[in-house]
Amino acid sequence: MTNLPDKLNRRSFLKVSALAGGGMMLSFAWLAGCKPKAPETLGLPKEWFRLNGFIKIGENGLVTILSPNPEGGQNIKTAFPMLVAEELDADWKNVRVEQAPLDTDNFTRQFIGGSQAIRTGWKALRTAGATARNLLIQAAAQTWGVSAAEISTEPGFLLHSPTGKKGHFGEFASLAATMPVPEEVQLKEISDFRIIGHSQKNVETHNIVTGKPLFGIDYKKEGMVYAMIIHPPAHGLRLKSFDDSSARSMPGILDIFQIKSHQDEYERTFFDTTSFTDLVAVVGKSTWEVMNAKKAVAAEWEPFSTYEESRDWGQRKELRTIPGGLESQEQQLQKMDEAAKNPRTVRKDGNPEAAFASAAKVIERTYRGPFLAHNCMEPMNFFAHVHDGKAECAGPLQKPELTEQALSTRLGLPIENIHIDMTRLGGGYGRRSYAHWLIEAAVISQKVNAPVKLTYNREDDMTGGIYRPMYQATYRAGLDENNNLVAFQVNAGGLVEPPLYADRFPAGAVANYLAEDWTVASNVTVGSFRAPRSNFIAAAEQSFLDEVAEAAGKDPIEFRLELLQKAKESPVGERNDYDPERFARLLEQLKTKSNWGQASTGVSRGVAAYFCHNSYAAQVVDLKVESAQVQVDKVTQVVDCGLLVNPDAAKNLCEGAVVDGIGTAMFGELRFENGAPVQKNFDGYRMIRMKEAPKVIETHFVESQEDPTGLGEPAYPPVFAALANALYQATGKRLYEQPFLKQLSNS
Amino acid sequence: MALYNLNINGKSQQVDVDPNTPMLWVLRDHLDLVGTKFGCGIAQCGACTIHLDGNAVRSCQLPVSAAEDAKITTIEGLSEAGDHPVQKAWIEHDVPQCGYCQAGQIMSAAALLAQNPSPSDSDIDNAMNGNICRCGTYTRIKAAIHTASQNL
Repeated sequence: MTNLPDKLNRRSFLKVSALAGGGMMLSFAWLAGCKPKAPETLGLPKEWFRLNGFIKIGENGLVTILSPNPEGGQNIKTAFPMLVAEELDADWKNVRVEQAPLDTDNFTRQFIGGSQAIRTGWKALRTAGATARNLLIQAAAQTWGVSAAEISTEPGFLLHSPTGKKGHFGEFASLAATMPVPEEVQLKEISDFRIIGHSQKNVETHNIVTGKPLFGIDYKKEGMVYAMIIHPPAHGLRLKSFDDSSARSMPGILDIFQIKSHQDEYERTFFDTTSFTDLVAVVGKSTWEVMNAKKAVAAEWEPFSTYEESRDWGQRKELRTIPGGLESQEQQLQKMDEAAKNPRTVRKDGNPEAAFASAAKVIERTYRGPFLAHNCMEPMNFFAHVHDGKAECAGPLQKPELTEQALSTRLGLPIENIHIDMTRLGGGYGRRSYAHWLIEAAVISQKVNAPVKLTYNREDDMTGGIYRPMYQATYRAGLDENNNLVAFQVNAGGLVEPPLYADRFPAGAVANYLAEDWTVASNVTVGSFRAPRSNFIAAAEQSFLDEVAEAAGKDPIEFRLELLQKAKESPVGERNDYDPERFARLLEQLKTKSNWGQASTGVSRGVAAYFCHNSYAAQVVDLKVESAQVQVDKVTQVVDCGLLVNPDAAKNLCEGAVVDGIGTAMFGELRFENGAPVQKNFDGYRMIRMKEAPKVIETHFVESQEDPTGLGEPAYPPVFAALANALYQATGKRLYEQPFLKQLSNS
Repeated sequence: MALYNLNINGKSQQVDVDPNTPMLWVLRDHLDLVGTKFGCGIAQCGACTIHLDGNAVRSCQLPVSAAEDAKITTIEGLSEAGDHPVQKAWIEHDVPQCGYCQAGQIMSAAALLAQNPSPSDSDIDNAMNGNICRCGTYTRIKAAIHTASQNL
């Protein structure tokens, strides 16, 4: 049985009410439902215990489930309702899913990021579904005059076997609305699942393939005008002045003016990053007319000097130095080399200095990764209508509840007067966590006193900053005369944050271990990017381990398994963040599924494995290199994300991670020259295309009854290294620099 | 500005726009047909793919003045009930993730199959190379095109 939170909190956890047109509505706080203790003892904010989800059961038997999280391709809009419907024992055919608006009073964790939605919603959403089922059973028991204990359910129906009575959910929904909420409910056994663990189609696919207006960029409203912004062409520059005399008179142009996305005195919080705060806004009657006028505005830019920016990171405040200057890649690389000489020690086990000094063999390698642009296919955009002391907004964003606060401050409006509707996201990957464009749209709307849709063109988007940071990591490994790994060191940093995870594998498996990091300041802005930090450090670490295994004369999988055995039997340190047994089981399964050790002739193979976002993923890449063309024939991957909720959708995400990872590793780069991004659109920034994608991707999941964990990110980081290791087998060249294609063509 | 008579999805439509206006923006801003997507504006990503007399073209590079005498089909007009074999195959394979590029992918695939009903893997690679999918659904797109090819 799952006990609902104690009485005091139970009142705020679940609430049943009648629907105006007949039927019932169960509202629930899904985060609260999974907390074993009262909020006071856990020290959690009170808001977490407010209602934040609902199940509506109409008299016609249709079940509507509200999905509170934004949808950007991670398929949460299908997966969340599956959890509820399972325990409710609803007929999935009769379930409808609605997207909730942003509502910080009633919802929590309404965002995409960190692959945590299913993990945190797992128990609570099921409990809510089971509670609704219990209420229906009570209603049927009363109607039929029988004991509730004798009533069972089958999808969409209530049954009383002794009398043969049967009725659909809708018949009892209105009465169920008057029943007392139970103190505890029984959750199903995994073996009884009919929906969870069985592939359900994406609830939105039909709308996508027929071109329905699902995305923010499709949003329209009566009287709406179109806006675009002009930002500096280089990082390190700011707006000095602009001449709009010819642009103003162009057809369809309504206004051109300067805006400020944040006031100078505003203290920024986590996701308030902007590259350019002073912008020129162009407003007109159609996108094309605005695009043309934008080109006719003559703006003058000036370099800014070094300044300090105060950031409120929630638990701590930071005064960050933003240096002036127009940066180029060579300088940035030099600065990283300099900073790497003065690192900070993050973790130290044993005596690494002595162990390296007495090692029989020492291997040292340095890896680099460039800035990356997110390149969501839907360019940044947002709709805003600020009027009568209110702001009505709609569009795609990942962290609506965090943006709402910033918008309230900027507009000087109370937070309850701000409404944000969440549209589908045409990709997020971290970029839509930084919603400065929402604030820009609202500021423009306030100025022109009309509903406004702001759209970035591809160049505005790609050159606008908030990139995956530029990273560098130097690894050292010491082997003794028997080829045992006796010392390991990682020194990692970046512009403007380090990629280090000091407590991840192989930490815990090596007696003498040193992890160091460093940071280089820059005026290039950075932000979260699919599997932040892991997206670089996994490639570096897993490529390095391949090289160390080779130097030790060991098979790369066996070498990792030996280390995992050590971490299991005699772990070094207490903060190791992975489970060596689960990790080893993953690799064992990969060996079997990929027929490791039995590659066909002419095929080169590479392997890598990584743990992040609470899930494990490992891949074997099979490829050929013929006349300098890389063809990936097959990727075999094994993923352990606990129990699978929606298997085919999970497979789709992991396939996408492989394609995305291979493309980014081979081609992805955003390079700076004099402060300006060299790549400005898809003619310069190479994206993976169908020809370059693997011919076959085989995805296997470790069978597991563990609670489900993250999936949007974990399969992405290791494939970079599996590719690098396979390319080494094919070409004899170890790859240290991303993008790999560049290093392959240079050497 | 000038008046243009357009034949879109079997319907005749009139717009009063600048002759250089790309069909992409005529469709999206003036005719409320927003299924055709803006991705790059330079014919590099394929999100804006439509059919011009049955051929897949990038509507961001097609001025309205060059489209007047042609038969234009957009994703909204590919089939009446969303049951074109390509659309059905997309649903069967549950292809989309974020879904933004998929209208363009479907229009490219439908044009390919109209000209080559049984394409090989490399025919598909060539026909689809102009369409970027940032989520990486290429293997499913290819499988769905093969399925559609069997159900034409």
